Amino acid sequence: MSKRINVNDLDVYYSDFLAVEGVNMTIEPRTVTAFIGPSGCGKSTFLRTLNRMHEVIPGAHVDGEVYIDGDNLYAPGVDPVSVRRQVGMVFQRANPFPTMSIRDNVLAGVRLNSKRMSKSDADDLVETSLKGANLWNEVKDRLHLPGSGLSGGQQQRLCIARAIAVAPDILLMDEPCSALDPISTLAIEDLIEELKREYTIVIVTHNMQQATRVSDKTAFFNIAGTGKPGKLIEYDDTATIFTKPSVQATEDYVSGRFG
Amino acid sequence: MSATAIPNSRRPRGPVPNALTSAQLPRFVELYTLLAALAVSAAVLAMIGFNIVGWLVLTAVIYLVGLGILSSVVENRRKATDRVIRGVVTIAFLLALIPLVSTLVTVIAGGAPALTWDFITKTGGSVFNPQTLKVTVVQGAWQAIVGTLIVTGIAAVISIPIGILAAIYLVEYAQPTQWMARTVTFLVDVMTGIPSIVAGLFAFSLFTLIVGPKAFSGFSASVALSVLMIPIVIRSTEEMLKLVSNDLREASFALGVTKFSTIVRIVLPTAIAGIITGVMLAISRVIGETAPIFIAASFTDNFNANPFSGAMQTLPVMAYSGYKFPSQDIAASYQSAWGAALLLVILVVILNLIARIVARVFAPKGLR
Repeated sequence: MSKRINVNDLDVYYSDFLAVEGVNMTIEPRTVTAFIGPSGCGKSTFLRTLNRMHEVIPGAHVDGEVYIDGDNLYAPGVDPVSVRRQVGMVFQRANPFPTMSIRDNVLAGVRLNSKRMSKSDADDLVETSLKGANLWNEVKDRLHLPGSGLSGGQQQRLCIARAIAVAPDILLMDEPCSALDPISTLAIEDLIEELKREYTIVIVTHNMQQATRVSDKTAFFNIAGTGKPGKLIEYDDTATIFTKPSVQATEDYVSGRFG
Repeated sequence: MSATAIPNSRRPRGPVPNALTSAQLPRFVELYTLLAALAVSAAVLAMIGFNIVGWLVLTAVIYLVGLGILSSVVENRRKATDRVIRGVVTIAFLLALIPLVSTLVTVIAGGAPALTWDFITKTGGSVFNPQTLKVTVVQGAWQAIVGTLIVTGIAAVISIPIGILAAIYLVEYAQPTQWMARTVTFLVDVMTGIPSIVAGLFAFSLFTLIVGPKAFSGFSASVALSVLMIPIVIRSTEEMLKLVSNDLREASFALGVTKFSTIVRIVLPTAIAGIITGVMLAISRVIGETAPIFIAASFTDNFNANPFSGAMQTLPVMAYSGYKFPSQDIAASYQSAWGAALLLVILVVILNLIARIVARVFAPKGLR
């Protein structure tokens, strides 16, 4: 299951402050899309609007439409909880639930949504999710141990396993590798390559090599100055963005000439 | 490199193995200085009349001055300051310990003789024998133990749910700028500092309005204690909930988990150890309250396990009344007052131990 995202003239506000302005974008199913751009340009903010996670921040609201296979996320009466069940998210810092074992962490999304589940079904789900996150072989003998005892890279893959256990259609990743070493980063990047077969993936990254390695399309966001809104400057195939971008600012940024 | 390369430091005595060394006092110089200071001040005081307080004070002064001078002569200014300040904070720590240890020793010394199995399990009071026309005093604290547990227990049952739920409202639901959250926070701050006698008067007058005059009851004392306890529970729970990382809440929301489930299944379990510790400390804080219970539940020698009618004896009030209104056998009254005080201390210690064990059991395991 994988779905298309259509973003229509989206503005994001923090209270009165316009943080991201006028984004239009279509993200195809079964692709990896990378968001690049300088810090504070609204990449993460925009990413969060794709599953309404920005609403966790007091005062944040949007103006515009986001369609997921034709359903508007911001139509009146849409429950953000059901949106988030379809659009999973992985965060910059690995955040396994400290009170739960590895197994319970994977099952958390299903259990906390108060779905009853037989033990064998739960075992199967744990195994498929952990295998899907390339973590099964490392943890299969210690599923009952706390998730916070794993290494940083393993924790991040545990969080990915937890996110895919609820079977979302789209997976959002907010700088998933920025706190990891190169080996763990490689493991995650391989994983993204595999997950692409089943999910639509959107990833925010500060690492431009990573964007070229994992993504099919790249969106470059930029900001004119402090206090100005972030804007989507250019959105194209990754190869095009990194070789012959049509906007000068993009070229400056990807070639390292950016201020 | 010669020693001239470090012009600011004192020229070291003896051979210098490398340019980074400087003169140092021997390892146990602090101990030696302390012994010397003790000896010198003892000698000084022996001439003008010895007393132990003066001896210790003089020792402290001589120790600080002596060590400062010694260190600044042999070592350097920075090290001298370091040694003197270290001495000052150690002395401050010992000073802070004195009242604590002294209280504990006094209570144990005074209460230990009274503390027998009979004292714990018998209802105390004066027994009038009509044949011999003699009044005998029975030593016993059973009615006070039961009263304390009932009064504090009801107060806990009232305060813990209200306090924890209010804290959840403040941390999870209220926006910090919202007028209601600000008002509640402000009132909690004010209530934390409320004098306990005011809480007692409040409960007593409240129950006088409802029940009528002489409305002594264990329950009204519980209400008074709740007034004192709720703000403490709110404060400690609030702090614990704030410590739960927002990452965890976001992770849960991103899995499509409702806010309610997130709070109940993620936030509370993560903070539960701290919350329970806070609750236990709140209980031990109010269990020793005397004034509000004295006003609201009065005191009695009769065994009364019904919190809704009649005066109820409690340990702190028993300690107070044993001293203030002794029976004919004054020594026995004093003795049982001390016994009640010691029992109360033991109860508080037990509560604190439980809090520690519970915190250990519930603490999230395997943290980095």
